[in-house]
Amino acid sequence: MVQSAKPRTLFDKIWDAHVVDRMEDGTCLIYIDRHLVHEVTSPQAFEGLRATGRKVRRPDLTTAVADHNIPTSDRRKGIAEEESRIQVETLEENVKAFGVPYIPILDVRQGIVHIIGPELGLSQPGMTIVCGDSHTSTHGALGALAFGIGTSEVEHVLATQTLLQRPAKNMRISVEGTLPFGCSGKDMILAIIARIGTAGGTGHVIEYAGEAVRALDMAGRMTVCNMTIEAGARAGLVAPDETTFAYVKGRPHAPSAANWDKAVAYWRTLPSDPGATYDKEVVLKAAEIVPMVTWGTSPEDALPVTERVPDPAATADEKRRAAMQRMVEYMGLTPGQKLSEVTIDKVFIGSCTNGRIEDLRAAAAVAKGRKVADGVYAMVVPGSGLVKKQAEEEGIDRILIEAGFDWREPGCSMCLGMNPDKLKPGERCASTSNRNFEGRQGPGGRTHLVSPAMAAAAAVTGRLADVRELG
Amino acid sequence: MQKFTTLTAIAAPLPLANVDTDKIIPARFLKTIKRTGLGKNLFNAMRYNEDGSEKPDFVLNQEPYRKAEVLIAGENFGCGSSREHAPWALLDFGIRCVIAPDFADIFHNNCFKNGILPIKLPAEQVEKLMADARLGGNARITVDLEKEEIVRPNGERIGFKIDPFRRHCLLNGLDDIGLTMQRAGAIDSYEAKLRETQPWR
Repeated sequence: MVQSAKPRTLFDKIWDAHVVDRMEDGTCLIYIDRHLVHEVTSPQAFEGLRATGRKVRRPDLTTAVADHNIPTSDRRKGIAEEESRIQVETLEENVKAFGVPYIPILDVRQGIVHIIGPELGLSQPGMTIVCGDSHTSTHGALGALAFGIGTSEVEHVLATQTLLQRPAKNMRISVEGTLPFGCSGKDMILAIIARIGTAGGTGHVIEYAGEAVRALDMAGRMTVCNMTIEAGARAGLVAPDETTFAYVKGRPHAPSAANWDKAVAYWRTLPSDPGATYDKEVVLKAAEIVPMVTWGTSPEDALPVTERVPDPAATADEKRRAAMQRMVEYMGLTPGQKLSEVTIDKVFIGSCTNGRIEDLRAAAAVAKGRKVADGVYAMVVPGSGLVKKQAEEEGIDRILIEAGFDWREPGCSMCLGMNPDKLKPGERCASTSNRNFEGRQGPGGRTHLVSPAMAAAAAVTGRLADVRELG
Repeated sequence: MQKFTTLTAIAAPLPLANVDTDKIIPARFLKTIKRTGLGKNLFNAMRYNEDGSEKPDFVLNQEPYRKAEVLIAGENFGCGSSREHAPWALLDFGIRCVIAPDFADIFHNNCFKNGILPIKLPAEQVEKLMADARLGGNARITVDLEKEEIVRPNGERIGFKIDPFRRHCLLNGLDDIGLTMQRAGAIDSYEAKLRETQPWR
């Protein structure tokens, strides 16, 4: 471990503590503390291990779960779709053959990999956490260096528990002041991406700081870190604090009683030193954030819900104008149209971005005593079996079901449409997920990214309503 | 992994910014447990109509670009998910080199693991190559990784830079897991120290 007098950032400290070896050109071999594995990006990695006769070096630091293409209907009957079933069965064969701990589909702990990592206490401050999924950035909310990797790297981690990486640059985004009524972590991160762009964080790790970030609960911090990849940065970080320690304490894989104090003492040394420098700094005022909604097919094309669909013709830059024109056409919008008057067909509440108990509570608070608008189908997909169980204990399921929402089994679901939950061509969806790319939720589908409260408001009004008007 | 040394080939122009991995290969095609066979669904939504027929105006549906081995692209190419299916689909189609003003990090990384060379160049140089690519079959460009230079059809040379370690692995087709396993001793001692100092990890 490198010790230096120079003030270091949170990222620098975690990085330094994980360097196993360093090459001449600056590439480092870094140690990985947690490896989360799912069915979509792992089959070729296990196949690679088989072909070379290699083993999984540390099965005890690895956890596997199926989440991407499992149905969100009753799963006791198995998976009807053949390719999806084969992928899940392949994972089940692989974890058995290589001795990797696995959470079965019918286990209450099953869920989206980025929901269950923190939930089970697998994700902890100061760790390096990887998964063959770009939204691994979520776990950075705990003050862990967490990032998505490709399948070749999944194989590398399985075989060696390390990765070859070059250090990222440091970026700090400070959100100062207090987040206004009706706004959540989702609105904060959409406002950030709208400001810096989808490549604004490329090559950097973003540390989120400032009063408004500190005031977020862990779920809000996870939402912000989750969508960091949508700003081009592989990882987002929030310095661990009392909120973090209280969240981790007592979870199944959290440090045991004997180690807890030692762990916390170490975690307290992690926040960036005073005087640490960043390659890039951005400051936002929380008070200026308004409930956000995306209008285009890139997460950076987000606007306050009070705005209108922008007019490509009014854009001077030729390339940008062409891109905007394509987006407005794909999305079936009219320039100048008020966003709050855009009508929707479907609502999706869930995903690794917004599938936590806090998100479901926020949706239920808006839906309570109201009804899903005529002609709208609204689905709620809890992020994990434990989230679902807790919601049912709190009566959240009843509020949502009475309002006309469809209450589903946990999984990635309509965030990426790998299972039967998909948009039909031309259908418009208010979605709490993370990507509004063309065809993301189904070929020809139109996605508007919003917070859980805004999604519930869209469900009960049938349009992209400003949740603040619903009181 | 297939080596990458030099390549003289047809380049296809794709002048779009933020081409995301869902555009390169939509999620519904990720249900495979193999690395091959994804080329037919590369750029699926841009390439095919709903009935499966080709869209004639899409560049890879036109001659000579059906045989393109180089892709000239816009800013932030490969943004979005970590799916290695994106480079697998490009490779399966026959693309060995992508040139763009910049790339999303994970996609960029994934290319190197599959023998695909991603080259970052200033926007004005990408524009020149985009214009060359539009000329079609008689305008082959040469990419030389050893010399780190691109030769345009008019003979002009454009230099580029690749991290030395990645360049070495690509030039020699090296499997980096094998290289890391040679450092098992360093990993063992790291783990031993960890057990002592941070037993909860």
